[in-house]
Amino acid sequence: MSRPLQYFGQGVAFAVFAVVVGYLSTSPEYVHLPADNALVKLSFSHAAQHKMACRERTDEELAKLPKHMRIRKDCPRERADVVVELEMDGKQMFHVVLPPTGLTHDGASSIYRRFPVLAGEHNFVARLKDQAEGDFNFVYEEKVHLAAGRVMVIDFKADVPGATGFMFIN
Amino acid sequence: MYKSLRNILQRLENLFNAAFGQALNPWHHLGAITFFLFWVILASGLYLYIFFRTGVAEAYQSVEYITHEQWYAGGVMRSLHRYASDGIVLTMLLHMLRNFLTGRFHSYRWFSWVIGVLLIWLIYACGINGYWLVWDRLAQFIAVASAEWFDWLPLFSQPLARNFLSQGDVSDRFFTLLSFAHITLPLVLLLVMWVHTKRMNHAETNPPRYLAVGVVVTLLILALIKPALSHAHADLALVPGVIRLDWFYLGLYPLIYAWSPGAVWALVAGITLLLLAVPRLFKPHTHKPVAEVHLDNCNGCERCFNDCPYSAIVMKPRNDGRPYALQPVVDPNLCASCGICVGACPSSIPFRHNELVSGIELPHQLLTTLRADTDHALATLHGNARVMVFGCDCAYDVRALQAEGVAAISLPCIGMLPPAFVDYALHDARADGVLIAGCRECDCQYRLGIHWTEQRLARERVPHLRQRVSLQRIEPCWAGRQDGELAGAALATLRARIAQLPQEIPVDEDKH
Ligand code: HEM
Repeated sequence: MSRPLQYFGQGVAFAVFAVVVGYLSTSPEYVHLPADNALVKLSFSHAAQHKMACRERTDEELAKLPKHMRIRKDCPRERADVVVELEMDGKQMFHVVLPPTGLTHDGASSIYRRFPVLAGEHNFVARLKDQAEGDFNFVYEEKVHLAAGRVMVIDFKADVPGATGFMFIN
Repeated sequence: MYKSLRNILQRLENLFNAAFGQALNPWHHLGAITFFLFWVILASGLYLYIFFRTGVAEAYQSVEYITHEQWYAGGVMRSLHRYASDGIVLTMLLHMLRNFLTGRFHSYRWFSWVIGVLLIWLIYACGINGYWLVWDRLAQFIAVASAEWFDWLPLFSQPLARNFLSQGDVSDRFFTLLSFAHITLPLVLLLVMWVHTKRMNHAETNPPRYLAVGVVVTLLILALIKPALSHAHADLALVPGVIRLDWFYLGLYPLIYAWSPGAVWALVAGITLLLLAVPRLFKPHTHKPVAEVHLDNCNGCERCFNDCPYSAIVMKPRNDGRPYALQPVVDPNLCASCGICVGACPSSIPFRHNELVSGIELPHQLLTTLRADTDHALATLHGNARVMVFGCDCAYDVRALQAEGVAAISLPCIGMLPPAFVDYALHDARADGVLIAGCRECDCQYRLGIHWTEQRLARERVPHLRQRVSLQRIEPCWAGRQDGELAGAALATLRARIAQLPQEIPVDEDKH
């Protein structure tokens, strides 16, 4: 191969390298969320109520315990599961039972879920049960306008002062 | 499949050979180019660090400043940093593919291969961490997607993704941590790169200057034509909808959503396990015997130790009572059975009258047999411009060159040929010329065979070719398996040249 042709070939090789690097470093574009969608993120961390209420130990029970553990009040630490449901425009989107964390099942239950939905007006109902017995003890309903490309976070707080349960942060 | 991929690679390399020549063919220096790109990334990264501010708002602003206000320096450096980081992924993957397709991954090479697999993930960790620092919408996507991906593992009591729910969740401290990681991870990478080449003697960690300059100039031109830019500032209340993704680093991220986080974990684990298993899965069934030391003929000169391409020889205190300090010991797990040590040994002298045993030998390819084969081949030579060809089993099969006046012998590696054998062939006018053939330049199957042979023949490396041998009578020929034309041309050149030289007169053997 003649010298000029060799230099040309080298130029082509370097150019191919540049084109591959330059192109794949930004292209093709990735559509993470279609233009007419919004994103709902349901996420919270909540410690459910204890499964059993506290009770007084009898004298016989106390006598059976080692001396340093003789406390009258017996409060089992285990917590109930947290049950969550999310409904959009009358259709159930999600239902989950979240067991408490921790070896003794006394930790908080946590969740993080994402739902891409069509942007626009939607009626959401969120329900949560954090007790061993009975029905949902927190229910929240709201009509929201979800703008395209926006995130709405559905949070839940009940164990801090002033908190009333679900919050739709849009 | 393997064979056809190998053929495609060979054809591609032929094209590059035509443009760059063998010695500068980038395919022959992929590991070194990858190493070099690391230095480019480090140097450009250090510059960026001068202006980078850690902090949720400051990070983005400082990168914007670097990109736009200081486009002529900081902007170029940023682009160089980005494109060199992309380039390193490309060259690394090609380096891996090439080592796979040329069968350079098993036996004594398993260590480099396995550490190489670790390098892949370290490079990814560094790159992804880097993108995160800009804190634009791309960084936001990476942060959230990485958290959602890791949340699939049952490791965290609270989902990591909860840390990226709203703008207030991300703290300046977090950015300090990220930028600390972006210094630590590359340092770990460098350490592992060093370990990767540890078992290789004289590892080529610097590419030829011409290629290094070519790569930097190419990346600089790219930086000027297409400067690296940020997306808009991260805003956790918005979803990054359309993203200009860097597919070199983030190619798997869309799969987290197209499939599921668990499926991507399965893919990553599957690729890793498969790559780790490659040295075992594709191991050849036959195992060649390794080099053996013959202390009777060894003076502990360390030449075999210096020349072994895989550091399979260590020098230990002498234990045979002879008055030398050291003796070589071969590690059978590292020995490639290439015979380069035999070519380096000063005892590999075919002129000896007594039994020919060198200080180090390949049991399946004894030097005494090589001498007998050479004698036999030389005896068949007749006519003018008689050529003795010494070739290499990994390169073009030199036996195909045999013809009237041409005899050929193939060795495991051309580096096994002691220079004294060239002298031996030309001595007493038994041949008029010697053709020395091996793999393509800078592509020796055993890394250093060609290099050492060239230096020994040029009398720059011991054992030297004796001064009495005219270099006019020797022609090197670095030809791959399919380079018949090249080998034929080298032979024709040599024969034409020696035909012009005065005929040597046989001398009496005893005078030497
Ligand atoms: C940061 C990335 C990497 C760098 C900087 C790098 C660099 C190098 C260098 C400088 C050499 C020595 C070349 C020589 O002197 O012959 C080498 C050899 C080698 N590399 Fe890599 N490498 C990288 C990644 C990988 C990967 C991902 C693999 C495979 C999984 C790999 C497998 C090997 C093998 C098997 C050898 C030995 C080749 C031989 O014995 O001829 N490397 N590498």
